[in-house]
Amino acid sequence: MGWLVPIVAVLAALIVGAIMLLTLDADPIDGYRAMVSGAFSGADNLADTAVKSMPLLLVGVGICIAFRAGVINIGGEGQIIAGAVVSSLVALGLPGLPPILLIPAVIIAGAVGGGIWGAIPGALKAYAGVNEILSTIMMNIIAAQIMSFLLQDLLIEEGAIRIQQTKRLSENADLPLLPGGTRMHIGVLVAIAVAVLGHYLLFRSSAGMRLRAVGHNPEAARYAGLPVEKSVVHALALSGACAGVAGSVLVFGSQSHRLIGEGGAAAFTQNAGFNGIVAALFGGLHPLATVPASFLFGGMLTGGIEMQRELQVPAALILAINGVVVVFVVGSLRWRQRLVRLVERQLDGRGVAS
Amino acid sequence: MSEFFTVSVLVTTAASGIRLATPFLFAALGEAVGQRSGVLNLGVEGVMLLGAYAAYKTALETDSATAGVLAALFVGLLMGIIYAVMTVVMRAEQGISGIGIFLFGLGLSDLLFQKQVGTPVSITGLRDWHVPVLSDIPHVGEVLFQHNPLVYAAFMLVPFTWFVVNRTTFGLNIRAVGETPEAADTLGVSVVRVRTGTILIGNAMAGLAGGALALEVGIFQQNLTSGRGFIAIALVYFGAWRAFGVLAGSLLFGIVSAVVLQWKTLGIIEGGTASLASMAPAVLTIFVLVLVSRRIGSPSALTRPYERSG
Repeated sequence: MGWLVPIVAVLAALIVGAIMLLTLDADPIDGYRAMVSGAFSGADNLADTAVKSMPLLLVGVGICIAFRAGVINIGGEGQIIAGAVVSSLVALGLPGLPPILLIPAVIIAGAVGGGIWGAIPGALKAYAGVNEILSTIMMNIIAAQIMSFLLQDLLIEEGAIRIQQTKRLSENADLPLLPGGTRMHIGVLVAIAVAVLGHYLLFRSSAGMRLRAVGHNPEAARYAGLPVEKSVVHALALSGACAGVAGSVLVFGSQSHRLIGEGGAAAFTQNAGFNGIVAALFGGLHPLATVPASFLFGGMLTGGIEMQRELQVPAALILAINGVVVVFVVGSLRWRQRLVRLVERQLDGRGVAS
Repeated sequence: MSEFFTVSVLVTTAASGIRLATPFLFAALGEAVGQRSGVLNLGVEGVMLLGAYAAYKTALETDSATAGVLAALFVGLLMGIIYAVMTVVMRAEQGISGIGIFLFGLGLSDLLFQKQVGTPVSITGLRDWHVPVLSDIPHVGEVLFQHNPLVYAAFMLVPFTWFVVNRTTFGLNIRAVGETPEAADTLGVSVVRVRTGTILIGNAMAGLAGGALALEVGIFQQNLTSGRGFIAIALVYFGAWRAFGVLAGSLLFGIVSAVVLQWKTLGIIEGGTASLASMAPAVLTIFVLVLVSRRIGSPSALTRPYERSG
């Protein structure tokens, strides 16, 4: 029964979205029809949805790890950027490497960049008591400005027009397309692999056991001799590494062959650092359940573009709806707990009776 | 650099620092009051954006900046009602629900702007009001006493907030509810009522902060606030939950922003270096958090929903 709650939350959010559409003089039924067909009809749209959902999934898996370990990571945006910048530097530095080496190198570089960007607020929390919500937000701002600095000064192409972008990155780092003639590339597989790894880490390994114990009750974990401080750093570093991979995939999965910062950091990340939180919450902070959840929210993003085309309703609507989803899901978590408890009690009762 | 250190440039920069501190002050004072009662509102940025859009759109339609201010306050109150229902009545987790509010505000303000306005048209903000006599003092007058009424309002709110929190029954209740809600409840203080009150105040002030920003820059655009709401939350920690601490932080951030802007205008720094300079407030915030986090305790019941135990 518990899984019903997030679905109801999304339906409720879609009703709020319908009201917004009505006040904007757009027919909600036409709107949602355009959205669904833009997202899920035909191989091309499905592939676009998969590509759009991949950063959400990667960030979402990181969110699962962090939240389960009891740390709130709002720094997805900055960690994506850190991953993108470090992986671009690697591609710029080693352009001659063959794809078989360069592609893993840029993805690992993304994980390292994002991991460092997560480990810093982790260490600040563990050893200086700095609230991680605030520090991760500040790290977002810092990452955005560093990217803007690099793309205007150090990484800029000599004599090119002043657009915030790197020079052309090596084609050897391009993520290969998957067969089928769509725009789907192996980044999608990377993201799913990370979700499986995340699941294994959290629920099938002793490290995950430790992280969850610390998240569940830090005092008890400390009493049991678990390294609480280290776990906090590890959780945020791993969480950041997942988001960092998203940054690297965003750069090398696009056909642009550049890291483009024009239009601000959010134009590059497409708010995936925040929307990934939505997907993870919807997936019940479970990495594998975050896979379909990300696909759903990725579908809303691709569908939103179609809706913008057909009904002239700006795609920003989707962001607003996502906000409402968060509000409803978080608001209903308590109700879900209550529901689960209720069901358990009934089952217990039955057990006693029989 | 020498062109920066002339009296007229320094005076202009200081005055602009005061103006830039104003949105921080409104938002951070409101957030501080909320946190003193145990409620963390991470949605400030979203509420600021909605307030900014409301002020911009209203001022555009009515040609009245005052109407814009009222619209921003109204939208803030509206968001306050939503947030109070979520966190006080439904007892949702405060950190994440705030992020929901942020996304909602970011999306909705952009949506409405694109749909209803489209191409940015600038509006005229509030007219400056020169304080009689004081504004004629050389230099000091220009820095402190030649601003629009919202600037004065923000600075007068500082002692007012201090007074309310520390010298009134309502303030005592706020602090009691923020430290030990159980004890406050036992003594007949309604936790629900006090927290709802501080949430409404905080959100109204966040809306006003956005309105002040939109009227100051005279324009609206996607993500106009660009992180100011989040910095305002950090300023509450910076100021150790005290009104005058928040004032110090807001002034510091306002002046740093003004200096960066001025340097950009004078060509002392350009392009990329300006981006690096723009991250100074965020870096500064982290340093301050490192210094204060272990030393000054936050309100004990911060982020803890209150539920009577059975």
